[in-house]
Amino acid sequence: MGESLAATSNLLVYSAMTVYAVALLAFALDLSGRGRTAAAPARQEALVGAGAGRGSAPVRDDAETGVRRRAAAVGVSTTWLALALHTAAVVTRGVSAGRVPWGNMYEFTLTGAAVVTAVFCVVLLRRDLRYLGVFVVGPVLLTLGIALSVLYTESAQLVPALQSYWLVIHVSVATVSSALFVIAFSLNVLQLVQDRRERLAAAGRPPRRGRFMERLPGSEELERAAYRLIAVSFPLWSFTLVAGAIWAERAWGRYWGWDPKEVWTFVIWVVYAAYLHARATRGWDGRRSAYVAIAGFACILVNWGVVNVFFPGNHSYAGIG
Amino acid sequence: MSAPARAPQDRAPVQPRLGAVGTARFVWRQLTSMRTALLLLLLLAVGAVPGSVVPQEDVDPAAVVTFREEHPVLAPWLDRLSFFDVYASPWFSAVYLLLFVSLVGCVLPRSRQQWTAWRSRPPRTPSRLERLPEHRVVTAPTEPSPLVAAGGALRRRRYRVDVRPDAPGAATGSVAAERGHLRETGNLVFHLALVGLLLALAASSLLSYRAQVVVPVGQGFSNTVARYDTFDPGAWVAPDDLPPFAVGLDGLDVEFEEAPGSQLGAPRDFEAQVQVVSPGEETREDVIRVNEPLHAGGAEVYLAGNGYAPVITVTDAQGRVVYSEPTPFLAQDAAYTSTGVVKVLGSLPEQLGFTGAFLPTAVIDERGPRSIFPDARDPLLLLTGYRGDLGAVNDGLPVNVYELDTTSMDQLTTDEGAPWSVALRPGDAVDLPGGLGELRFGYPPGAAAPGGAATAAEGDPLPRFAGLTVRHDPGRVPALVFSVLAMLGLVASLFTARRRVFVRVGPGEGGAARVEVAGLTRGEDAGLAAEVDALARTLGSSAQDQARHPAASDRTTSQPAVPQPAAPQPTASQPAASEPAADAAPDADGSPAGSPTSTSTTTTRS
Ligand code: HEM
Repeated sequence: MGESLAATSNLLVYSAMTVYAVALLAFALDLSGRGRTAAAPARQEALVGAGAGRGSAPVRDDAETGVRRRAAAVGVSTTWLALALHTAAVVTRGVSAGRVPWGNMYEFTLTGAAVVTAVFCVVLLRRDLRYLGVFVVGPVLLTLGIALSVLYTESAQLVPALQSYWLVIHVSVATVSSALFVIAFSLNVLQLVQDRRERLAAAGRPPRRGRFMERLPGSEELERAAYRLIAVSFPLWSFTLVAGAIWAERAWGRYWGWDPKEVWTFVIWVVYAAYLHARATRGWDGRRSAYVAIAGFACILVNWGVVNVFFPGNHSYAGIG
Repeated sequence: MSAPARAPQDRAPVQPRLGAVGTARFVWRQLTSMRTALLLLLLLAVGAVPGSVVPQEDVDPAAVVTFREEHPVLAPWLDRLSFFDVYASPWFSAVYLLLFVSLVGCVLPRSRQQWTAWRSRPPRTPSRLERLPEHRVVTAPTEPSPLVAAGGALRRRRYRVDVRPDAPGAATGSVAAERGHLRETGNLVFHLALVGLLLALAASSLLSYRAQVVVPVGQGFSNTVARYDTFDPGAWVAPDDLPPFAVGLDGLDVEFEEAPGSQLGAPRDFEAQVQVVSPGEETREDVIRVNEPLHAGGAEVYLAGNGYAPVITVTDAQGRVVYSEPTPFLAQDAAYTSTGVVKVLGSLPEQLGFTGAFLPTAVIDERGPRSIFPDARDPLLLLTGYRGDLGAVNDGLPVNVYELDTTSMDQLTTDEGAPWSVALRPGDAVDLPGGLGELRFGYPPGAAAPGGAATAAEGDPLPRFAGLTVRHDPGRVPALVFSVLAMLGLVASLFTARRRVFVRVGPGEGGAARVEVAGLTRGEDAGLAAEVDALARTLGSSAQDQARHPAASDRTTSQPAVPQPAAPQPTASQPAASEPAADAAPDADGSPAGSPTSTSTTTTRS
């Protein structure tokens, strides 16, 4: 039964990827402006005036502007569908092995990607972050591609060191935290691009390429959004660090041993702490702190992609190969 | 998080005055500045990285040896930079010590300020409330007193409140309220807890000890330095007064993946059954599993490894059994291809030594002898022998039990002069060359295990052993406590909104009171507008439009009959509400941000 379930899980991953691709296309269409139709031009005008007065980003809210963003709506509903398929893939994978679905690199990646989408969907319920669709669904799709092609491992039980409820606590919090960092990273990159465009425009040389950026909020707002996600994620990452230490204490008899994985978890924590400081340091504008946050995200990528595979340590459970 | 309201030490340094005091003050101010803290944090992150790339003396000494051999040119340079011991290196220590000096220098003055802030009254009520970012005007009856009502409402919302009637007992006056001190307090708790954490880590490294011991099933160990294979004490540990306890290993269950595939032979479950003897307690039975250490005598005992301890019996030239015991062979790979050593001290005419390999599931092919599965499916013991003087063991010096010092020994040879070697299966016995005696895989026939075999395990020629790690660490509980404190402080600091709310009650039309409610925030606070709205609604019983602000009337006229959208879409004229992801907002206090005010009570927005 385990094997057929694992096969089902793979099938679900492929379906999810197909649906993600559709969502990606829809979000891209929306950003290109082609998926939008103006519904009530008169009302739009009045409010655009009010918004422009604050010198912030171009207006983006359909409720307010009367722009109907049909492509974006399609993007959101297909993302939900993809999330459902993706979640089903994660669950069947877990059931096939009879445990939590993050016992090796492939499963960790598969689950992590699902959490990224889930976090995005949940945020969408409350805030209009549809402009981020491309920059969240795109990376998720890419990650799933890598998971299937490079990291795939047969479904199997766990080595004894992983058989602990700490696996559930530590890794699930780490995953949610990483997912928030991923989305914040997208925001930080967009912020930098937007910032550059704004400065060019202020210098009288409005950028010609990348018109779609005009449909995104201004750099300040992107910066604030990124900060909020990181501010939620940082305590979660701190928790990951502490929970990891507690688990290490139980499993290996020491709570901190500078194992490569521990080193990088620590490095990530310190870099994001530096980001929070950078934001509060006088003379450091949003741009420079964004660079620090991006460095933090680079460390997350190293922790996931390089440390698991290349640096031997107690955490070598990647199970690749 | 607004920088302006923050830490005075942030201020751009004044030109340094001449003289030692001036210079010292300048250096101190630099060191405790936010910019330095930031720089040191980034340095700490960068400095930690090499330790994950280059093997570390503390983590994996064997890997360091290999690395040195493979990089003979690079290694001396890395040595000079302490790259094999990054986390104890002078430069890494310098970074974190400076960081913590900076932290203390930064946090202590702020703690003092915070202490005064806690005890001071909320600030003066501004004379023109309409200038604050959020402002509402409502009308309220004079009975009960709006001033008292406002004070109560704000206290209920957990503000620190100061009610200031214009004259004692007067119905008019103002209320000043403030909340969010927890933000700075949390921040201070967080930073101070980090100092505590550092001290706990120091305590761990000074006061802890860690020992390793290999115990075959049926045997045991006591908590004494002499019994341990390795013993790493902290600098302040006296090895002579380890708490007395003993542990006996009754059994060891091991499971491996049996299904074919890439996971074949991967470990699945380990469990050791033990008996624990502590003074003043009854002997108790317990188990140790990989994530479940045993607690004994203030220490933890962990199951760190396992393997096979084949029973080897040596009979010397005079027919005496001079060696007969389980001899641990340490696994070298995932299929438990193991190596080990036998030292026979009491044999005559010469001492004997054997080295070799044990293969639980043996294969011998062109790649040489090795094991292909970690369970004992086809066990084979391969040995070569030496005769002569075993060296330092004889002088009672500490030596590695897993190494044979062959400097004063000769290898045993066959009659033809080739090196002598044997392959034994359980129960096999061979004669040693040159009439030196006999070597057997198992206990001597007829005889049971030493001490009289009571259980089957003791007659077993192939018992397993458990690799146990014993650790005592008095720093771990404080470390946990400080970590938890740090996290609580962090959450309090990141998610507390700092707000000030003012209410002014003045005479209104027709004998009613005119009540102004205004608020401002430090930093980002998506929930402020909603809070001010809610307060205005509570205080004003009968709503009345007054002094309409131009912006507000604009909007009302542009969409006269359209009710405000209920969806939480930000509207253009509401700065506080136009922030994305306010739900995830660290500053949000849970009140729904940005929904425009209901029309009944609120009239003015400035
Ligand atoms: C071990 C080193 C340090 C770490 C890991 C660290 C970490 C953090 C973190 C995570 C925050 C944001 C959370 C919060 O507001 O509570 C923060 C804020 C802050 N830290 Fe540190 N910190 C360190 C050292 C320092 C030092 C040396 C200073 C003094 C210069 C300092 C001053 C501050 C200040 C003023 C804030 C508040 C910033 C704001 O309100 O946005 N920290 N720190």
